[in-house]
Amino acid sequence: MSLLAVSIPYWGQSLLRVLGGTVAILLPAGTIVYLFLFKMMSFMQSRLGPMDAGPYGSLQLVAEVGKWMQKEDLAPNGADKRIFRMAPLVVLVSTFLLVVVVPFGPDAYFTNFDGGVFYMLAVSSVSTLGILVAGWSSANKYSLLGGLRAAGQLIAYELPMVLAVVGVVIQAGTMNLQQIVWRQNSDHAAMFGWTGLGNPYLFTQIIGFVVFMIAVQAELTQVPFDMPIAESELVSGYMTEYSGFRFLIFFIAEFATVGVFTMIASVLFLGGWGVPFAWFGWKTTGPGLFDGVANWMNIAGPIILFVKMTVLSFLAMWVRFSYPRLREDQLQRFAWKVLIPVSLLNIMATAILKVVF
Amino acid sequence: MTDIADRHKLSYIAAQAADARLNVELETEGMTLNIGPQHPATHGTLRIIVRLDGEQVVWAEPSAGYMHRGYEKLTEVRTYPQVTTLVNRIDWLGSFANEVPFILAAEKLMGVEAPPRAQWIRTILFELSRIANVSLFLGDLGAQLGAVTPVFYAFRDREYVLNLIELVTGGRFHPNFDRIGGLFDDLPAGWIDETRHVMKRLRNFCDEIEDILINNVVFQKRTRGVGVIPREVALQYGLSGPNLRASGVDWDLRRDQQLPLAYDKVDFKVWTHPDGDSFARCWVRLQETREATKIVDQLIDGLPSGPIMAKVPRIIKVPAGEAWVSTENPLGEMGYYVVSKGDLGPFRVKIRSASFNNISIVPWVLRGVYIPDIVSILASLYFILGDIDR
Amino acid sequence: MVRLSETTSTNTPDTPALPGDSVRESIVSRVRDVIGDALIDSLVKPGDDIWLRVRTDAWRQAGVVLRDVIGCEYFCFLSAIDWLPSPYGRGEDDPTEPAVERDSTITQGYTGGDTRMQVFARVTNLTTHVGVTVKADVPDDVQVVESWSGVYAGANWHEREAHEMFGIDFAGHNDLRNMYLPSDFEGHPLRKDFPLLARMVKPWPGIVDVEPLPGSDDEEGTAS
Repeated sequence: MSLLAVSIPYWGQSLLRVLGGTVAILLPAGTIVYLFLFKMMSFMQSRLGPMDAGPYGSLQLVAEVGKWMQKEDLAPNGADKRIFRMAPLVVLVSTFLLVVVVPFGPDAYFTNFDGGVFYMLAVSSVSTLGILVAGWSSANKYSLLGGLRAAGQLIAYELPMVLAVVGVVIQAGTMNLQQIVWRQNSDHAAMFGWTGLGNPYLFTQIIGFVVFMIAVQAELTQVPFDMPIAESELVSGYMTEYSGFRFLIFFIAEFATVGVFTMIASVLFLGGWGVPFAWFGWKTTGPGLFDGVANWMNIAGPIILFVKMTVLSFLAMWVRFSYPRLREDQLQRFAWKVLIPVSLLNIMATAILKVVF
Repeated sequence: MTDIADRHKLSYIAAQAADARLNVELETEGMTLNIGPQHPATHGTLRIIVRLDGEQVVWAEPSAGYMHRGYEKLTEVRTYPQVTTLVNRIDWLGSFANEVPFILAAEKLMGVEAPPRAQWIRTILFELSRIANVSLFLGDLGAQLGAVTPVFYAFRDREYVLNLIELVTGGRFHPNFDRIGGLFDDLPAGWIDETRHVMKRLRNFCDEIEDILINNVVFQKRTRGVGVIPREVALQYGLSGPNLRASGVDWDLRRDQQLPLAYDKVDFKVWTHPDGDSFARCWVRLQETREATKIVDQLIDGLPSGPIMAKVPRIIKVPAGEAWVSTENPLGEMGYYVVSKGDLGPFRVKIRSASFNNISIVPWVLRGVYIPDIVSILASLYFILGDIDR
Repeated sequence: MVRLSETTSTNTPDTPALPGDSVRESIVSRVRDVIGDALIDSLVKPGDDIWLRVRTDAWRQAGVVLRDVIGCEYFCFLSAIDWLPSPYGRGEDDPTEPAVERDSTITQGYTGGDTRMQVFARVTNLTTHVGVTVKADVPDDVQVVESWSGVYAGANWHEREAHEMFGIDFAGHNDLRNMYLPSDFEGHPLRKDFPLLARMVKPWPGIVDVEPLPGSDDEEGTAS
């Protein structure tokens, strides 16, 4: 890492990576929980939300974490104890696996796979296993129903997600996420000949963007797709029997996954950590893609990505607090009969336009 | 008086009465799921046992009685004025409306009629309790189906109505305001202007709910065609109120019977819907709330002056006889069959509560629906536990 | 977007006028035409209401007649009355005093009766806006009447409640279990000889420290 003029030994780099990964998970999760869950939802409901813990309730999350961590670790009598304990960790692990592929800056990344997109889509399904296992091992009929619904829903909505991303991959010509960022922001990036805004795939892949955001909403089991949780019917669905620290893990995993998915969406569609090179006159010289980019982008990049992530998760949360939930046969119908054909059309149109232009 | 051993036995029976068990035969096919008594979907402690085949309901049975307080037995040891306090708590969201049919029945037996001003104010408070009750329904409807936000709007705007009721009666939830022969007290100064503002506010609230909930595409998908109750079945089971009107039956006790209330002096529409599904029930209730605000506006415009209490003796002894009075309460038709023997208190009071009949249709309507539809249907049928169980 | 509030509403201008006594009298005579002398007694209160009393074996038939001939499609309720005066009075007895002897002669109300308990039901005709209350005696020795659950589907739950509260059996009802009380509950609470448990467990607080009712005799003249 050439950020600092000091050469860090490999174990130091690994330690920094682990710390960075933890921050990359917890900071978005915390921000989303405070800003949107506590404050935005409250303001939408004409109330104030938590105000006591810290100024304007900003330390509420700290208080909640402390509360949950000091609770008794319960498991139901008939539950399969070992799997019951493993299930929340599986869900959280999938979030960590996802975040390693997100680029935060020209040199600030954890990994730089050539098949980054492929890896991301594959790994995002790991949480399905965790949810299903949580529902089954709870020895509770409501949890079982929630787990089964989750299995059907999450598998069904994988496909629109994949297909929506394929459009981006065709347009970018690569599955490497750093290259996708470069394609959208570089000095060669132009929308119909105008380099002023770079080429965020938001405009050309608008259909893919909409489909991706809907599929992400469903993957996160958020309203209007929250049949697995369905608070008024299943109490908490697959999470019913979890309390204390394990519930905290589910909770953090849920909002961290919101953060990570919206980060990925901003990388794929909004230009990621970058701003159009044309604004600063950077040029792509040399073999490395970002050789002409200033070093301070390694600090500014994460912040820019964070801002874009906040905007997208605002949209997701806004929909979450406004809509009722769909019944699972309705949401399956929506996935298979509406989203998949639309995203297939999008792929066809992208491929044709890519060849023509 | 019974001796100590008998007293213990009776206490034991009383304690056991608090624990309701139902014998369900063991079935090996399908899964039996217990919804309630503690559950976010049921408005209180209602237990519904469903037998499932996958996610479809094969058989459903509500088990009521978790809140049975023995009202009909309790009325036998109360004097007539004391029954009003008791009866407030049947439908606790629109509680003034519970007192009115009983008072009217007692007045019918006594041959007393309340003076016009009292009748008009009774009607105003009756409609206000309808608005308070149904606006909570509108908010809770969203919550049952997953929309978490309209609940708060409902509670916020309902506060204004509860404030109005408190200004007059002194109680937000349990006014205990009606008396045989009239009312306890008159309206405070400035109440009429306050009411006009609040009614305007509630009309805005109804428009808001229509925009964000009733017209919402997901809501329509969840409620259209779900839980259809045809006209004949609704009549056989004794469904009443908006549930009946949503199945296409044009029957409204405010318009269709003559009671000493001021309904014949105002103009109002009776809303019906031909479909009979969950959406129809929700929509009819929304329209009725709007209509209720218009009724209140007309009533406060034409309120006559005069005394608010007729001349009745201090100690009320209702002459012997039987009387039946039912009114169009927020939940449906609520009526009291009062049997009097010329005593200080009633001999027998049969309380006909709307939710009892509304819920008796649940085994019929829940066959073959999915689990999420259970919630949608129950939410649209709208019951209050105190009304079912008394 | 079309506002839903503008689509459906009705205010039927051809609603029949609120019924006069002629309609009520005609109901009584039509019922008598069908069931003859099973209609024991009737009472039409002018401008008010109808009460009919039928013979116990014609109870179900009365329901069928009301539903089909008179057109009362709407089932209001079904319940029972126990005419025995309560041996506990108004529950205000002082437990330290010896028990009070009370008059236990049974007198029935409108349209009379011969037995301690009566079932009664109310149905309504929605087109003529007339409701009918019909009563029948429950024989004292074997307390069984026919069930109305085949006539009106809603009677199912009402009969379950009447059965658990009064102990009346409904022949032909296929599922007569308790509605509110646990299945092993002993006794029938709404019968007058079943004490109000709240007053047994804790005597009426007004025995001690009670204000007398205002003006212990009728000072004010009765109302018009």
